[in-house]
Parts: sequence; structure tokens; C-alpha cells
Amino acid sequence: MNQDKCDSMKNLQAVSFVLDDLRLFLDTHPFEQEALAAYESFKKQRTQVLEEYEKNFGPILSYCVNEENQWTWVDSPWPWEGEV
Amino acid sequence: MWTYERRLQFPVKITNPNPKMAQLIISQFGGPDGELAASMRYLSQRYSVPYKEVAGLLTDIGTEELAHMEIISAIVYQLTKNLSLEEIKTGGFDAYYIDHTTALWPQAAGGIPFNACFFQSKGDVLTDLHEDLAAEQKARTTYDNILRLITDPEIVDPICFLRERELVHFQRFGEALVRVQERLDSKNFYAVNTELDKPLMKQ
Repeated sequence: MNQDKCDSMKNLQAVSFVLDDLRLFLDTHPFEQEALAAYESFKKQRTQVLEEYEKNFGPILSYCVNEENQWTWVDSPWPWEGEV
Repeated sequence: MWTYERRLQFPVKITNPNPKMAQLIISQFGGPDGELAASMRYLSQRYSVPYKEVAGLLTDIGTEELAHMEIISAIVYQLTKNLSLEEIKTGGFDAYYIDHTTALWPQAAGGIPFNACFFQSKGDVLTDLHEDLAAEQKARTTYDNILRLITDPEIVDPICFLRERELVHFQRFGEALVRVQERLDSKNFYAVNTELDKPLMKQ
């Protein structure tokens, strides 16, 4: 298994989780400026990390499948298989 | 609508299969306090809620519960991968194997199938939020019970993550309940159902 792929997936999981947690906090605290600023900042980070992962290791979102010679959406192992 | 992301919310990578543990942990897939019931509860309740931020919270937590269902399913799947017939027989997995081989099927640890009666969608936001608070605590207790029986860190880590999310969801539902109570008529506090008696709702 590819260590770089694992690390890249861990980065994506970590930054996405910050947003998952902040989202719920903001649902009940819609005017908290610090949380709003953090959401904005981590949103930018996630865009970068996601692009990086998809460029190197294949699509996370089917909307982001790049045109290639084959349909890569079903190509790599599924998340539940424990590969990354 | 929903969009699938090709990733787990928290990583699951289990090296050693353990069919007995799978049979216990599957309860958090299809059991009375499991993630499937949690998701269906919140995603069903949200439609008639008259407060948009509570509908938002139910949508977002209900969505996260789907991701938790996938984590539990991944744990069960990996714990039962490549089992020998001997392991199936001696591991206490034989009864499940007869009906489902090693496929995922939503049931409780005791074999009781998933049932929509595990949750309510009552059409009264006070009633539903109290149910949601209780549900998060029941799920947390179930994770505590699981954690007492497992030692493999590859299983403990994702279970601890899921347990902590129950605490956060409980906190957020508590805040939503306060928001709802602030908007109720103090003279008719618990008699009012804001989903039905909208004119009586304090604006």
C-alpha cells in the first residue's frame, strides 16, 4: 500500500472533519465570528487537499472524475476495504 | 440530494478478523440505538420542524450518521473478511452466516432485525428533540459497552471516535432545544405543539 496515498487521505479526513464539526456548531451558533472565520479558512484548505488527492490518487467525488481513457470512479478500492 | 465521497469520515483498517466482535458491533449498524436508526430518525423528523436552524441541524447530523453507518459497516466487513469455515463455526458467527454469509445486514447484536419502531418522528419539535437527546445518550452507552469488550486498538480507535460524536451531537441538540424553548409562549409552554399550533407560537 502506498504511504503517500495514506497520508494524503489522512489529511483529507482531518481537514474535512474540522468542517463537519464546525458545521454543527454553526447551526446552533450562526453568528460566532471565530467559528465563521475558521470555517472559511478550513474550507480553503480542504479545496487544496482534495485537489491534491484527486490529482494523484483518483476521484473522491464523481463530479470531479477527469476525462481519461477509462471511467476511474469505479477503478480504485472502495473506502470500506481498508486500503487507506 | 446527497453526494457520495469516496472516503470514510474516520479511517478503518483492521488486520485481524474477529467474527465474534463483528456480531456485537453490528448492533450499531441495525440495532435499536444504531447509526441507521439515528440517521432515519433525524432525516425523517426534519421536514415538519418549523425552525429552519433545527431543520438544518437535523439534516447535518442525519447526514453524518450515514457516514457513521458506513464506518460501522466497514468495521464489520473487515472483521469478517477471509474467514475460514472453522473460524465461522468457533467464532459464534455461524447463525448469522447461515442467513447472510458474510454480507452486511442491519440487525442488533442479538439477531433482532432493524425496525423503524427503534425511532420516532412525532411531529412535535419538543418531543422529537427530547427523543434525539435520549438517542445520543443510548448510542453513547452502547459504545461504552462495546469498548469494555474490545482491546484491539484497530477497532478501539474508530469506536472511540464514534462515541465522541454522540457527545457532540447531544450538546448540539441541547442547544437546539434551548433555541426552541426561547420562542415558545411562556403561558402555554408545554401545551403548544409549534408544528401544529403555529398561531400560538411566540414569534
